[in-house]
Amino acid sequence: MANDIASYGWALALGITVLKCLLLLVALLVFVAFILLADRKIWAAVQLRRGPNVVGPFGLFQSFADLLKFILKEPTIPAGANKGVFLLAPLVTATLALAAWAVVPVMDGWAIANINVGVLYIFAISSLGVYGVIMGGWASNSKYPFLGALRSAAQMVSYEVSIGFVVITVLLCVGSLNLSDVVKAQQGSYGLFSWFWLPLFPMFVIFFISALAETNRPPFDLVEAESELVAGFMVEYGSTPYMMFMLGEYVAIVTMCALTTILFLGGWLPPFDVAPFTWVPGVVWFVLKTCFVFFMISMVKAFVPRYRYDQLMRLGWKVFLPISLFMVVAVAGVLQFTGWAPGH
Amino acid sequence: MDMSVAQAFFYLFSAVMIGSAIMVIVARNPVHSVLFLILAFVNAAGLFLLMGAEFLAMILIVVYVGAVAVLFLFVVMMLDVDFAELKQGFAKHLPLGIILGLILFVELAMVIGTYLVSTDATRTTPQLDTSVSNTEALGRVLYTDYVYYFQTAGLVLLVAMIGAIVLTLHHRTNVKRQNIAAQVARTKETAMEVRKVAPGQGL
Repeated sequence: MANDIASYGWALALGITVLKCLLLLVALLVFVAFILLADRKIWAAVQLRRGPNVVGPFGLFQSFADLLKFILKEPTIPAGANKGVFLLAPLVTATLALAAWAVVPVMDGWAIANINVGVLYIFAISSLGVYGVIMGGWASNSKYPFLGALRSAAQMVSYEVSIGFVVITVLLCVGSLNLSDVVKAQQGSYGLFSWFWLPLFPMFVIFFISALAETNRPPFDLVEAESELVAGFMVEYGSTPYMMFMLGEYVAIVTMCALTTILFLGGWLPPFDVAPFTWVPGVVWFVLKTCFVFFMISMVKAFVPRYRYDQLMRLGWKVFLPISLFMVVAVAGVLQFTGWAPGH
Repeated sequence: MDMSVAQAFFYLFSAVMIGSAIMVIVARNPVHSVLFLILAFVNAAGLFLLMGAEFLAMILIVVYVGAVAVLFLFVVMMLDVDFAELKQGFAKHLPLGIILGLILFVELAMVIGTYLVSTDATRTTPQLDTSVSNTEALGRVLYTDYVYYFQTAGLVLLVAMIGAIVLTLHHRTNVKRQNIAAQVARTKETAMEVRKVAPGQGL
């Protein structure tokens, strides 16, 4: 944006940035609409069902029909609810989830804000995501939502710790907190084998599983475990506020997929640095990789049973935290003693 | 960034921050107080960003808003304290509070005032190296010149953490516990037995 101000002046630069934001927002929302459908279709296919197949060809417009349905319904606010916080909670969830995309580079130079602390920004925004859940659970003034909110607060804080350490190991190899630099550092002569998923494979696995827990996806969806808590913190919500929660949740999932792509799967880089692959624009590779990570997340939902709460806490604190802590020290040591550390 | 726009943002963040700080004390509902506290933190992060301290801004959000305030909110929601009763003596203690606030304000004004007026104070401000990002600049001094202070701070936190665990840890005897290692160590032979059942006879 600083360059835009220098070349176009203040007002025009602001206009361009707003336009970029709108473009990204529309693209992201359409992407989320289809990824939601894909989630349901994959889940159905694993269970030998057909999934949504009525609205449009192959049920392609199902998400848009759902959107209309949610918007046209009347929002209800429970009598005992804390009205302001009750309505603020879904807004917080959706806004924060979308705000994270301000720094995501979908292609070289294609980020709305190419800031130096991009990784920290995403980390900060995703750590705020828990507020929507806690506020919603508390403001509903009801037992199930409150239990769901308490569970989620503990769960999201626990898994953020190991996500933080995984991100630190990647940053040690990059030497910068800028997301574009993270992708550029993975450019090597071995194509997809020089991306970070191979040298940091244990971290890749931990990050993937922690991302599931961080976004409350199965097998860690204890926040809204329907067999125990009806629908967790969302019990009292309906119509548009409920839709905002769903939207925020799925945008957060796609953000995590994009972050996995950037940190471990080479972002917009083609898998092989030869002719037919390099012709394809980087943004296509980025979207394809994001879809691939989402496919894995979706498959996990389809065939892994739900964790018990104490098992979830054990996995986070007693397994992932020691491993990732050890890996930070190990990676830092290897980089220091072999002289591979960037910037030396 | 254009100077006037930066100033407009400074006043916006400051005004919202002071407003929410007042609301932290004034709000009747303790949960609302914590939410206003979070708003104050976020605006402080905005002020840090305006000063170019991007790393501090992000760390403020990650640590204070993302972790400390979550636990705060957690505790306030769980405790069923009658805060209306706690606020009974508000009018009685108001003069004392105002005096304490004034003293703090005067002290702050003196510190910042001497910093602005005195030429010696300005001379001691270190020259900033603008060629490196402030994350790198902080890292360079934190892990070299100030490594002992850094380690001491870590040690203090470790002691506090161990203390909290020692205070709350109870070894209850009549509780069923899951032994993951024993479960994983089970083989097919120890876990199940296949028997041939003759038709019409049962086991």
